Amino acid sequence: MKNKTNTKKGLVKAAFMSFIVVLFLTTTNCSSDGTQIVANFTEIVMQDEFNTEGAPNNALWTYDVGTGDNGWGNNELQYYTDRTENVKVENGYLLITANEEEYNGSSYTSSRLLTNGLFDQQYGRFEARIRLPYGQGMWPAFWLLGENCDEVIWPQCGEIDIMEYRGQEPTKVHGSVHGPGYSGGEAITKTYTLENDRFDTGFHVFGIEWTPDYINYYVDDKLYNQITPADVTGEWVFNQPFYIIINLAVGGSFVGSPNAETVFPQTMLIDYVRVYKN
Amino acid sequence: MKNSKNLYLKKISVVMAILLTTVISCERELSEDAVFAEFGSNAEIYTDAPVGLTDQFFTSFDPNQGANTQGFGTDNNEAYLGSSSIRIDVPQPNDPDGGFIGGIFLDRGQGRNLTGYDALTFWAKGSTTAIIEAGFGTDFSEDKFVVGTKNVVLSTDWRKIIIPIPDESKLIQEKGMFLFSAGTQSTGGVGYTFWMDELKFEKLGTIAQPRPSIFNGEDVVQTAFLGAPVPVTGLTETFNLGSGVNQTVNVAPSYFTFKSSDTNIALVSERGVVTIVGIGSAVITASINGVPAEGSLTVNSGGNFDLAPTPTRDPGTVISIYSDHYTNVPVDFYNGFWEPFQTTESADFIANGDNILGYTNFNFVGNQFANPTVDATVKSNLHLNMYIPDNIPANLDFLISVVDFGADGVDGGTDDLRQQIFFNSSDFVADEWSTLEIPLTLANRSHIGLIIYENVNGSPLTDFYLDNIYFYE
Repeated sequence: MKNKTNTKKGLVKAAFMSFIVVLFLTTTNCSSDGTQIVANFTEIVMQDEFNTEGAPNNALWTYDVGTGDNGWGNNELQYYTDRTENVKVENGYLLITANEEEYNGSSYTSSRLLTNGLFDQQYGRFEARIRLPYGQGMWPAFWLLGENCDEVIWPQCGEIDIMEYRGQEPTKVHGSVHGPGYSGGEAITKTYTLENDRFDTGFHVFGIEWTPDYINYYVDDKLYNQITPADVTGEWVFNQPFYIIINLAVGGSFVGSPNAETVFPQTMLIDYVRVYKN
Repeated sequence: MKNSKNLYLKKISVVMAILLTTVISCERELSEDAVFAEFGSNAEIYTDAPVGLTDQFFTSFDPNQGANTQGFGTDNNEAYLGSSSIRIDVPQPNDPDGGFIGGIFLDRGQGRNLTGYDALTFWAKGSTTAIIEAGFGTDFSEDKFVVGTKNVVLSTDWRKIIIPIPDESKLIQEKGMFLFSAGTQSTGGVGYTFWMDELKFEKLGTIAQPRPSIFNGEDVVQTAFLGAPVPVTGLTETFNLGSGVNQTVNVAPSYFTFKSSDTNIALVSERGVVTIVGIGSAVITASINGVPAEGSLTVNSGGNFDLAPTPTRDPGTVISIYSDHYTNVPVDFYNGFWEPFQTTESADFIANGDNILGYTNFNFVGNQFANPTVDATVKSNLHLNMYIPDNIPANLDFLISVVDFGADGVDGGTDDLRQQIFFNSSDFVADEWSTLEIPLTLANRSHIGLIIYENVNGSPLTDFYLDNIYFYE
């Protein structure tokens, strides 16, 4: 037992030392010595604060309806609709609700909003303030697709996942890029874990700052990852405009199916979506 | 340590400042010496030694009920963290020192303020996989804010166990720091050892999505009567832990806020007992900390409860098991809660001063009077009054078994005799007392120790009342 204690003390000491080192590095980075640049995009070019009750602003948002091909390529189980049962603006929030109901051959319904053809931008800061749902099989996401994805086959057109989350892991979110040679299970990704808190009990800001040289990922005021052209194992396809998607999927290869303990309905609340440049 | 004490002092001075402000604005002034009682908020219960517990550390359940006091100790060769852990040796069911082990840890002072925490946590490890019970809030006195689960799964490696606190604001002075109970139901009667370490209250911040329920989430409809209280049962709350796992705990009524839709018909006490005060219907609902509970109770009150016919037989000729009109022989129990197959719960009540046995969720139940057994050799009949509320199931198949334990006086063995009497729907009228007179045909009835009531052949009876159970000449 004594041995074990000693080992533990040693580990703690080592952990403390590396903490100091990390702290030092972080401090250095923040004062921008060139190893990791934090760009500050401050000019707001698009924002939806969801202050008008009813359907979302149709000048900005359109919908994917149905089940796509093979559950939108991921074996997702829901049927996406634009009905108020699945999507509406209420009390200053955009509500995307996943219901358990038989609908056009699917056992669940939900919604997927996108700005395809209505808004896209190359580079900048994209962020949204969201409270996530919970439970096995819930798969909400806030992400971007290359504006040319209708002409160029994915993943060549590029995908930036600002936030993905598994309802059965309420303290973790994931930020990723997909491109040629690094898509699906081989995407470049990093997980961020919230300490002493979780994503389904309060609102959190999920964002990226995207320049020609990197994509920085942050949650609230925590920058947790930077992906550069050197990090991807293929062509960097992020020098073109991308549009926004916000959706709540049910089931699918990333999360697995809901089970008997999954509580329905589940709602994803979005307080705002904002895009900045310069 | 010094820092945290200083912080604590700072907090107190803020409180004092607020107090002072309040005092100034009050007409009737508080004495300057007035200080609110504050209880310590120490989180730790056991780390490498008991922390702030009573000298005896462990207070066992009653050995007369089979609790084994020998298997409790600490172990300096096993620890999740530090140098020692609590070690529990779970006995076999036939251990002469007691067939299970369990008890509580009590705060050595007047109790602790746990309002800053959201869970009781500890690390546990078993010599084998097994299932035990754990919780807090039991102090063997008020037992007011009890929370626990009978479903703590032990692994053969260290695992963290989390028991969420339903509403921390209730726990301003809690003495019951910990409860555990362990038997061999999950190991097929084979004894085992388990260890617990780093037992404490924590603010995890990841206990979320509370879902309270009463009556296990069911909407129950029940006939009720003036003077016949109905307990709210099946009180639980399910939380989603940081791991994504759902944890359901049994929660004491005192955490709930109960509501009656019509207080002219039914009232609910803080302890979750519904009292009927008028005629009509009322719906009982509940919430914890503002979160509505799933499940409800609709009581249909028909007014006064008709009592069973008053017995007129000469007390000198009667051996009474349950009656207010005779002196009853010693009875071990009116509901043995035989696990694991019995579902029957007791809902006994008093109507107009008369005690009545109530059974709910019925499948089978027994009245045992084995210490000593009853010599009914000269008795010719068993009498009992039975009442089925609401309706009589058409396919009622109700069996009463009278069991004679034989010369050894023990249930089981080789000399037991059993008389079976079957009843069907034609023997009862809903909402009325039936009088059952059962001629005793047992060849030997000098050691009768048990009467068993059961549904047989898929009979669906759920609720009934009994009174005036006695043998007579």
